[in-house]
Amino acid sequence: MSRLSARDVTVRRSGRAILNDVSVSLPAGAFVAVIGANGAGKSTLLSVLAGLLKPDQGEALLDGQSLATMDRKALARRRAYLPQTPRCEWPIAVERLVALGLTPSLPAFGGLPADLRDRVDQALTALDLNDRRAQAATTLSGGELARAMLARAVVGDPQVLILDEPIAGLDPRHALDAMGRLQGFAQAGQLVVAAVHDLVLAARFTTHILALKKGAVIAFGPTAQTLSAHLLREAFQVEARVAGEGRNSVIDVFAPTQP
Amino acid sequence: MRSGSAIALAAGLALAVLFIASLAAGSVWLTPAQLLHAVGADQNDLAQLILLQLRLPRAVLAVLIGGALGLCGAVLQGLLRNPLAEPGLLGVSSGAALGAVIALYFGLAARFAYAAPLMGLTGALLAMSLTYAFGRGGTLTLILAGAAVSALAGAGVSLALDLAPNASGAYEIMTWLMGSLTDRSWDHVWLAAPFILGGAVLLATTARSLDALSLGEAQAESLGLDLDRLRVAVLIGVALCVGAATAVAGAIGFIGLIAPHLVRPFVAHQPSRTLLPSTLLGAALLLGADLAGRLLRYHGAEIKLGVFTALAGAPFFFWLVLRLRATAP
Repeated sequence: MSRLSARDVTVRRSGRAILNDVSVSLPAGAFVAVIGANGAGKSTLLSVLAGLLKPDQGEALLDGQSLATMDRKALARRRAYLPQTPRCEWPIAVERLVALGLTPSLPAFGGLPADLRDRVDQALTALDLNDRRAQAATTLSGGELARAMLARAVVGDPQVLILDEPIAGLDPRHALDAMGRLQGFAQAGQLVVAAVHDLVLAARFTTHILALKKGAVIAFGPTAQTLSAHLLREAFQVEARVAGEGRNSVIDVFAPTQP
Repeated sequence: MRSGSAIALAAGLALAVLFIASLAAGSVWLTPAQLLHAVGADQNDLAQLILLQLRLPRAVLAVLIGGALGLCGAVLQGLLRNPLAEPGLLGVSSGAALGAVIALYFGLAARFAYAAPLMGLTGALLAMSLTYAFGRGGTLTLILAGAAVSALAGAGVSLALDLAPNASGAYEIMTWLMGSLTDRSWDHVWLAAPFILGGAVLLATTARSLDALSLGEAQAESLGLDLDRLRVAVLIGVALCVGAATAVAGAIGFIGLIAPHLVRPFVAHQPSRTLLPSTLLGAALLLGADLAGRLLRYHGAEIKLGVFTALAGAPFFFWLVLRLRATAP
């Protein structure tokens, strides 16, 4: 069981603190929604937790080991990361795109070993992409590309899955599907950390809420107890009604908070 | 898998045919029988002299340089994920040109035959260092630094042309800049080969990383790719290959731009699999261009190689643009 944590993480860019002394510990099996206003530091925190950005102070740790001291490939086998609106730059086939997720497990030269080819098949099946496997990835619709990228991320069976706004730009049906799949990965024991702007879907699918404001953590805890009207007022300066629980949660954001 | 090997095989076959043709063709035509005889015989007859001292080094050099340009183009287009990337992009070929032009300008080349290629190599390595010093840490900064180095070296070449003491000096520089394989000897081959082969080995190791870069830099890094190391490997590899190529043969355009384009549809657009076919095709294209330039004489003079590749390459590139326009969404 993996635990991903940040310890006293500070990131500065041209003198300004993007993240300020952030400490948080995320357990395996959790589906954590990172919420916060634009510019609150969500993407930066995800980059630090993924080991892609070295903080100016503090460190990110996977099972107690600092990411900075871990071998790049060893880390890449244990955690997957998807940036905001991931793109494929060449018209390669969907199955090739998914196979790229196995890059850290491949030998330096040669093709894809047979056991890894099975993994690609499984990932394609799991994400309903079998009829798209030979299609050029650049011709996929937004929803299909999001699924293909998710398949790319999970094909190596990572312990930690970090996604920056995985449902941005998806229609309601595809967004529901995507959140359901991510919830499934968490229930299977993986740690899923995602920046999410859709508060209703966050309330319905995630186990934990991590709220950021101006680079600092203002709340972290189980979704049902944490996602409140009070928190939304503090994090986004909006008035909201929060009702229901779990799958029945409803959040209605109705007005900006008057200063 | 099969179509990828097929294009490599086709390019390899074309290369072999053109290689033999370029040994046989010229102002003195050699029949296959004469070629075989010249290889086997021990006497110093004319056929053997033409074959071993003129045509063989020239053909070998064309293969080395064309292959280097094709490989560099494929690697750079993969690294930058931009189909317009070409070997001259990082300022290395301009640096090599400036080095060689300095040797010509100060008359060093007249006193010592290998001054131009040696100064060209020095220029390429200096240009590489400058590009790296300013451009390290980012792909975009690397391109911008390369553009600045290119502009600087280009200005130096223009200055040399402008200040050339006499018309024949300026003519000598112009001729060299156009790129040519005329009168190149085994010494040029031995001078360029170690750099080109060393650079090619370094570039071949980047294949897997170029595939990962199909997903963009952030995802590639998350897959364990060390981008800084990759950029340095590509810069050094391209500097060795293109620097040595430009140093011995002058500036030869279009090969590095076109070869990767031609092979890409046959390897399902997978960046790593363009490297080998693009290398073979680049070599075949340059051999073909050299052969054609040698046969299509204009008032008795050979058409310069760099001019011919540009003349033949540009219409082809127009066709490519039209096709792209037709298939683009």
